[in-house]
Amino acid sequence: MSIKGRAWKYGDHINTDVIFPGKYTYTITDPEEMGPHAMEDLDPEFAKNVKPGDCVVGGKNFGCGSSREQAPQSIKVAGASVIIARGFARIFYRNCINLGLPALVSSEAVDAIEHGDQVEVDLDKGTITTKKGVFTFPPFEGYAKTIIDNGGLIPHTRKMLGIDP
Amino acid sequence: MGQTFAEKVLSNKAGHAVVPGEIVEIEPDVAMSHDNTAAISGIFKKIGVDKIARPEIHVVILDHAAPAPNEIIARNHKIVREFVKEQGIERFHDINTGICHQVMCEKGYVLPGMVAIGSDSHSCMYGAMGAFGTGIGRSEMAVVMATGRLWFKVPETIKVNLTGKLPKGITSKDLMLVIAKTIGTDGAIYKMIEFTGPLMADLSIAQRMIFPNMSVEIGAKGGFVEPDEAMLSWIRERSDVPFEVVSADDDAVYEKVYDFDCSDLQPQIATPHDIDLVYDVGEVKNIKVDQFMLGTCCNGRLEDFEVTAKILKGKKIAPDTRFLALPASTEIYLEALKAGYIQTLIEAGVVMMNPGCGPCMGAHEGVLAPGEVALTTSNRNFKGRMGCKEADVYLGSPATVAASSLTGYITDHRDTGWLDDED
Repeated sequence: MSIKGRAWKYGDHINTDVIFPGKYTYTITDPEEMGPHAMEDLDPEFAKNVKPGDCVVGGKNFGCGSSREQAPQSIKVAGASVIIARGFARIFYRNCINLGLPALVSSEAVDAIEHGDQVEVDLDKGTITTKKGVFTFPPFEGYAKTIIDNGGLIPHTRKMLGIDP
Repeated sequence: MGQTFAEKVLSNKAGHAVVPGEIVEIEPDVAMSHDNTAAISGIFKKIGVDKIARPEIHVVILDHAAPAPNEIIARNHKIVREFVKEQGIERFHDINTGICHQVMCEKGYVLPGMVAIGSDSHSCMYGAMGAFGTGIGRSEMAVVMATGRLWFKVPETIKVNLTGKLPKGITSKDLMLVIAKTIGTDGAIYKMIEFTGPLMADLSIAQRMIFPNMSVEIGAKGGFVEPDEAMLSWIRERSDVPFEVVSADDDAVYEKVYDFDCSDLQPQIATPHDIDLVYDVGEVKNIKVDQFMLGTCCNGRLEDFEVTAKILKGKKIAPDTRFLALPASTEIYLEALKAGYIQTLIEAGVVMMNPGCGPCMGAHEGVLAPGEVALTTSNRNFKGRMGCKEADVYLGSPATVAASSLTGYITDHRDTGWLDDED
């Protein structure tokens, strides 16, 4: 699958409070309502202007802090199709897989991408194409790949339980 | 080859010897969710299963925005109350109980050797009970409800060896902030941390809880303190369910070992907006504080109220400041009342609030205004954490918070002379 769009680049240690503020965690439960608040305390322009195919690019420890699933969910609902970072915080990374939002680790790609650049990601080939070259990332494998292929943990579970074919 | 604590627990559960990096699908022993059970119940229903697979492992505790501050949250609380009845979840605690992680330990729901998960990042605190405790997401909890199972990656383990004697008035909070500064906010991502060393035996149960509680702040999957006799007798007072203590082997293989000698430790302050921006209190000068807070799953326990009462006794907090205090549980609240700490705090000008998460994550009460500064005993100081992205949050020990509330500025508590009265 190929994902093509614009890069929204941020720094290291982007935490879940700036991605999706704690004040909304128990008031907003409808995923559709989460999108407009994505990155609210970091970059108010993000939710207004992000488009399907765009990628979020971060530094080290992206998504650190809370377990709130709304952090990656708000990014996904807002429209971004992939996150590329030097590294991810553990629960955020699990949440991305479980939501079917590809979270890719590539420091080289992060170095090469500037805010606003056009970026193309091929999930099957494991490549990130930037202005400055093509970079690879370790493809998803095993259990994580199965979940992503099934569209996330919930559709995956429905399939495993025989509810969906 | 020997095994670490995490490898051993997950091997027990998986039924074969696991290695770091391996993914295992296992049955957790206990699964905690809080106010987010409302959202989780919605996801659970989308899966298409009528009944929870193993209702006996679930615990539901309302604490994050409790009592409900508005109609939306009141509706969610109602959904949770109806859901636990409909699903036969007997271990439900309403808003009058306390912070989920404290309640999980106090009620004896978390026992040594268990795999204890929670849909909250500070679920890593269960490691203080000798359990494998870790936080998961909402969809994951819905899947645990539907199947009784969940996937885990076997983590590598970091060992943190604590030696020396803590100087008078210096606590695990100061030490954990130094550990965070040293290891960094991403230094332990996806790792288990075993906190060990001769210092541990000197520490109270409450002091030991701080290390696993804050291990997620440096990225860890969980933190672990091996239970000794003091811890085991505390646990046995709270549960008669049999358990088996799981310990790391002497020849276990660690990814990294850190040594901390605590003998010269100063009071520490974490400064905005990250947990590893940590300084000796003397280096943090002229910081005027608007709001102080004592409480949270990190530092809302009886001895935290005790030290605060000692420092505030017969005094008043500085003008133009406010001080909010929330015991971590109703059990602690009652003990603090009996000991007279609550009266001392109120007479000093402290606002007492009900046990719960309170202002820690800005979901309801005690929110900051733009330009304001808070000094709190909590475990996280991200931008926007206390409800306002233009406010600053500093973290310190209860003694530091109490002493600073008397001056209105971040203060070295040793300068107030309160330690002169201590043995």
